[in-house]
Amino acid sequence: MPHLATDILVVGAGGAGMYAAIAAAGNGASVCLLDKGLVGRGGATVMAQMTVAVALGAAEPDSPALHLQDTIRAGRGLCNEELAELVCREGPARIFEMEHWGTRWAREEDHIKQVMAPGHSRTRCCYVDFLNTGPAVAATLRRKVAERGAIRRISNVAIIEILVKAGRAIGAVGLNLLDGSPVTFQAKAVILAAGGLTKLFSRNSASANMGGEAYALALRAGAELVDMEFVQFFPIGHLAPRLVGMDPIMWDPFRYKLGGKLLNGQFEEFVDRYGGADFGKYTATRDILSYSILKEVEAGRGTPHGGAYLDFRHISDRVLRNAFGPVIDRLLVNGIDLTKSPVEVGPMAHYHMGGIRVNTDMESCIGGLYAAGEAVGGSNGANRLSGNAITEAFVFGERAGSKAAAASKVIALDWDAKLVEGVLEQVNALKSRESSKVLTAAGLQGALQRLMWQQAGPFRTREKLADALSRIQEMAQNDLPALSVGNERPYNMDLHDWFELRAMLTTAEAVVRAALDRNESRGAHQREDFPMSDDTLLKNQIVELENNELASRWVSPTARP
Amino acid sequence: MADRDIKHALLRVRRGTAIQAARYDQFQVPYEEGMSLLDALCWIRAHVDSTLAIRYSCINANACKTCMALVNGEVAYTCMVKLAPQVMTVEPLPKRLLIRDLVTDTVPEDEKL
Repeated sequence: MPHLATDILVVGAGGAGMYAAIAAAGNGASVCLLDKGLVGRGGATVMAQMTVAVALGAAEPDSPALHLQDTIRAGRGLCNEELAELVCREGPARIFEMEHWGTRWAREEDHIKQVMAPGHSRTRCCYVDFLNTGPAVAATLRRKVAERGAIRRISNVAIIEILVKAGRAIGAVGLNLLDGSPVTFQAKAVILAAGGLTKLFSRNSASANMGGEAYALALRAGAELVDMEFVQFFPIGHLAPRLVGMDPIMWDPFRYKLGGKLLNGQFEEFVDRYGGADFGKYTATRDILSYSILKEVEAGRGTPHGGAYLDFRHISDRVLRNAFGPVIDRLLVNGIDLTKSPVEVGPMAHYHMGGIRVNTDMESCIGGLYAAGEAVGGSNGANRLSGNAITEAFVFGERAGSKAAAASKVIALDWDAKLVEGVLEQVNALKSRESSKVLTAAGLQGALQRLMWQQAGPFRTREKLADALSRIQEMAQNDLPALSVGNERPYNMDLHDWFELRAMLTTAEAVVRAALDRNESRGAHQREDFPMSDDTLLKNQIVELENNELASRWVSPTARP
Repeated sequence: MADRDIKHALLRVRRGTAIQAARYDQFQVPYEEGMSLLDALCWIRAHVDSTLAIRYSCINANACKTCMALVNGEVAYTCMVKLAPQVMTVEPLPKRLLIRDLVTDTVPEDEKL
């Protein structure tokens, strides 16, 4: 069995993981950078076509303090202000560093161009044209990672367990997907940068590979999670016609800029029925938009795919072409002609505010176990401000990498073969059974996604959440152990799916339990049975594993320094 | 919609590893306007045969560039190919080492264990 030793092990090679690897190597550490897919091609960053919020003050006077104020307001009282402050303060340095490394931010005159985005009090969002921000920054980081001799990149290895000895992370066990064989890593620090949990929901806007593994790995290692009830649902994600080659959340800026109309299945305007204003004003917040769309669907006035129409037909071809640029041709390739027909949009899981609880060194309560990017919980509170996701991927990545590297200088590698044995036994037991083809991990993942969407989606009730909880527990206790994955063979996806499903079930349970406990509506957590906010619940919820059972408790939010 | 109105795509998919004789499995997949070939392959894994090996990540953005295969004899990203309610042949990339089914060795040499 292959065994690798390194100073820093980075799990997940998206935006945050690559940044962490570069920073760790820059601080003198050796690094193993792993991805279950291909390095630099998975995760959320590469799909993000929108903007990055950062107080450069290029378009108008701005400051990290103002950015922080907006971030905290969006978080509805629940932000970990220390972490949010870090994102806002260090964001500008990361944007300039990325530019220095080759990212071509859109520019005007003598500075990086910045545009307005909802929720921001200043013009502060930068981007790469056209809708190319994510792919462009991922390419920059991939190139930078490859330049660093101290970084060993490893694709197609999925981590299935973090090894913890006496309260410290000492390494991990992975599966090499190419041949199904286990591999062990010995490290002075482990950085979890494996992203969010959008794959838990049948309707989602991110890559298909984020099933909440970072959260489940952290829980199993003994770390705490925070704010797991706060899943951000994007109100007008693309539903139909099937659109490939584009970010499903691409419509929002065009809707504002051009005056796209939201219509129900009977082609009536409807947002004003729910207290929002749509066409021409766009004052409806994301939660009102989501609510009004889903209520129309519930009343039988949805579109064929269960959403609303977004209509640009009243706008001339010339104006559309000016605004969309080359994007209009990519839409035509998908059979979408905006001058002829509307598209269908609706709410979908977009981002997770919750995650691993860390200090400002990005270290969890388990020594040597760090987190970066969307895997980190707390900095966005109950709702994330648009544009802050890539900023935090860079800032938290850099911070985790440099802090872990500094700490590793005074730590010796440690090992305990016994910790590995139990994990290997499980892998071998799984592989010794023939694949059933009847009940499969891929099929169960689909069932879990539909369950989470229906019972723990944008609008929740005690009844729906309780049903979700009992069915998740049933799947974890009865179905998961009964699944077989077939004997060893190259690229055994059943084997990979099994571990992914195990993580998905653990994380789904954490989300549902936390959502059940929060008897109020706040930010992204909307309870139909508790439609108002309750300020006695201005607290963060911590979830951890105690004797293999999830347990939760409340703590006061962390105030800024 | 009555059953007889549902259209299907018929996928002929090359299965097996480099040391096995080539075998083609046929899968009938319910067709919906706008579906991608990758959607159909994922449908097969979830509903018919989860042992089918495919490679993908971003699924709908053509951003990860990992889902390439030979479609009706031409190299294509399976996420960008529109499914058609007819016979489509899907095979692994011809110039790469075959790992299994549609998965070939596209991992850069310096990213291997």
